[in-house]
Amino acid sequence: MARAAVKAKPSKSAKSKAAAKRTLHAVPRRADPFTLGGQQKVEVYTSMLRIRLLDERMMTLQRQGRIGFYGTCNGQEAATIASAYALRASDWIVPALREAGAMLMRGFPLVPYLAQVFGNSGDITKGRQMPSHPAGRAVNQVSWGSCIGSQLPHAMGAAWAAKLQGHDTVVIGYLGDGATSSNDFHVAMNFAAVFQAPVVFVCQNNHWSISIPTHKQTASESIAIKAKAYGMPGVKVDGNDADAVYAAVAEAVARARSGGGPTLVECETYRMGAHSSSDDPTRYRDQAEVDAWKKRDPIEGYRARLIAEGHWSAKKDEALRAELLEQINAAIKTAEALPPPDHDTLFEDVYFDLPWHLQEQRAQFKAALQRAGGSLAGALPGSAH
Amino acid sequence: MELSYREALNQALAEEMERDGRVFLMGEEVARYNGAYKVSQGLLDRFGSARVVDAPISEAGFAGLGIGAAMTGLRPVIEMMTWNFAILALDQIMNNAAKIRHMSGGQLRCPIVIRGPSGAGGRLSSQHSQALEAQYAHVPGLKVVAAATPADAKGLLKSAIRDENPVMMFEAELLYGAKGEVPEGEHLVPIGKADIKRPGSQVTVLTWGRMLTACVLPAAEALAKEGIDVEVVDLRSLRPLDEETILASVNKTNRAVIVEEAWPFASVGASLVDLIQSKAFDALDAPVTRVNGLDINMAYAANLERATSPSVERIVEAVHHVLYR
Repeated sequence: MARAAVKAKPSKSAKSKAAAKRTLHAVPRRADPFTLGGQQKVEVYTSMLRIRLLDERMMTLQRQGRIGFYGTCNGQEAATIASAYALRASDWIVPALREAGAMLMRGFPLVPYLAQVFGNSGDITKGRQMPSHPAGRAVNQVSWGSCIGSQLPHAMGAAWAAKLQGHDTVVIGYLGDGATSSNDFHVAMNFAAVFQAPVVFVCQNNHWSISIPTHKQTASESIAIKAKAYGMPGVKVDGNDADAVYAAVAEAVARARSGGGPTLVECETYRMGAHSSSDDPTRYRDQAEVDAWKKRDPIEGYRARLIAEGHWSAKKDEALRAELLEQINAAIKTAEALPPPDHDTLFEDVYFDLPWHLQEQRAQFKAALQRAGGSLAGALPGSAH
Repeated sequence: MELSYREALNQALAEEMERDGRVFLMGEEVARYNGAYKVSQGLLDRFGSARVVDAPISEAGFAGLGIGAAMTGLRPVIEMMTWNFAILALDQIMNNAAKIRHMSGGQLRCPIVIRGPSGAGGRLSSQHSQALEAQYAHVPGLKVVAAATPADAKGLLKSAIRDENPVMMFEAELLYGAKGEVPEGEHLVPIGKADIKRPGSQVTVLTWGRMLTACVLPAAEALAKEGIDVEVVDLRSLRPLDEETILASVNKTNRAVIVEEAWPFASVGASLVDLIQSKAFDALDAPVTRVNGLDINMAYAANLERATSPSVERIVEAVHHVLYR
């Protein structure tokens, strides 16, 4: 395996240093429950390609001013999709910024996904959350909290709750390399190990936290090695290799499900794009580095492997691209045409019931809206509806 | 039956844990040690270590765990050793518990109770003595309650555990030993309902939490001896507020004094003044007057601590003020 396991059990430091460096080799195949079959690989590839194409369209829409913000998965598709592929439908995903593709793979439909990006009435979260922060209860994926790391105690808590109830549910909590600096990372790792919660922390080490490189986030020789001090297995894997990601995460999920406790999986990958639509990485990042990683594009590499293994062909690929693009473009057309959220939704879901003070505010708001002829153009740009 | 405030809370926890298998208690020292203030006495023995859980020392940790558990179907009760330490969990409470239902468009819920002592604890100085309820009452999505008596402590905690929203419950270190009558059998106090603890006709005094018995009711008795009839309204719930009871009382007495342990600036009391001036302006015969803790950090020295908190004398003076005496 390409994985350099950093197990919790004692090992000589020289040995673990060597192990940490031995990370990105080719993956020898092996027949075990953590190896994907041909059809599964095609499913993984399809989901990787879908989010790549969708992200590209979203960035265009953002530049055209049709959506407000976007954070792509560009370059991290293998880490996102292949890790989530290791879960059952009943398992939970507590994501960071770049795991929307997992939601789509797990059955969340494109139109409401896009409506969330537009923030309109087709959005089941009612125009409240930024793009790249979707939530789908139906696919057990919650909305990311923008404070880095704060989702990790939730993942640990949801896993702890599953254990308490005797469910065999597993939770993946996603994070980036930057989140390993947060207090909540420490909290979640510590609690998860102390309570032996069935959670897998999947760190997408994409080398950059906006403009800060990973070596300025941590002086550890790897992120996976941090697991050791918490008393859980830590595994570093080539995050651009979908098969390797799947194998590592599936093994961790199986361990969690059988009562073996948490694992930290570090997927070494690369943020090929900007941090978000608000970022310009050419100001702080060497293009040669980007170009080097582009040669290891997870989608290009996986397609070549699938073709080499006889699961895929150039012709099928062309057809799939066309089909996905057609679906995406049709969904964009449908979603973008939906009207903005109704003003009445402003006051909903703050509490389970509408308390008196919000009933009063809603009545006052409606009266003011009526007096203003249906439009209260606020103090912010774009708030004219 | 007569119970201490801590016994009343303990009964509430035991009854709700008995009633609903989804309820669990987690915090620092809650299990083996039976709680830093012994509120969870006996619960570990009764319900076991899966549901009465000693957590590693991280407020953000057990608050975050509770949020994750609440989102996926449990009913956590998270004990903060004091609300002063809950500051370490503010991101979890304000950015997460308060917003999860809203951010998810109502798909996810967060029925969590976070509870613990608030306010001065008796010579514990500034980092243990803050009354921070206004910070939580400021936040949409949270409910905030403060119990002043054993009966309300029991009834409010039971209601909080059954509530579908995150509820912050402010108790008081100096109240845990206080005794009072608690109704037999099932006793629920609705969240959002104030309670008139002493009916009166001349001046409304609004308060909550420890101030009620520490100085408001004694001040009312002292004033009664002067022939001044004070109505004492215990808010019990700070968010949502029982506006109806507050305004009915002020409309009756035409005078209001607010007694609050917390600092005066940007506080619950400040919001009450706004409520009264905007909705009962015509009823007022005097400016609304406030008695707060001094706008300073709490000292350790006993005399300085006493001087910092609202007192009977300051309340009597404020009531005289609104009566122009």
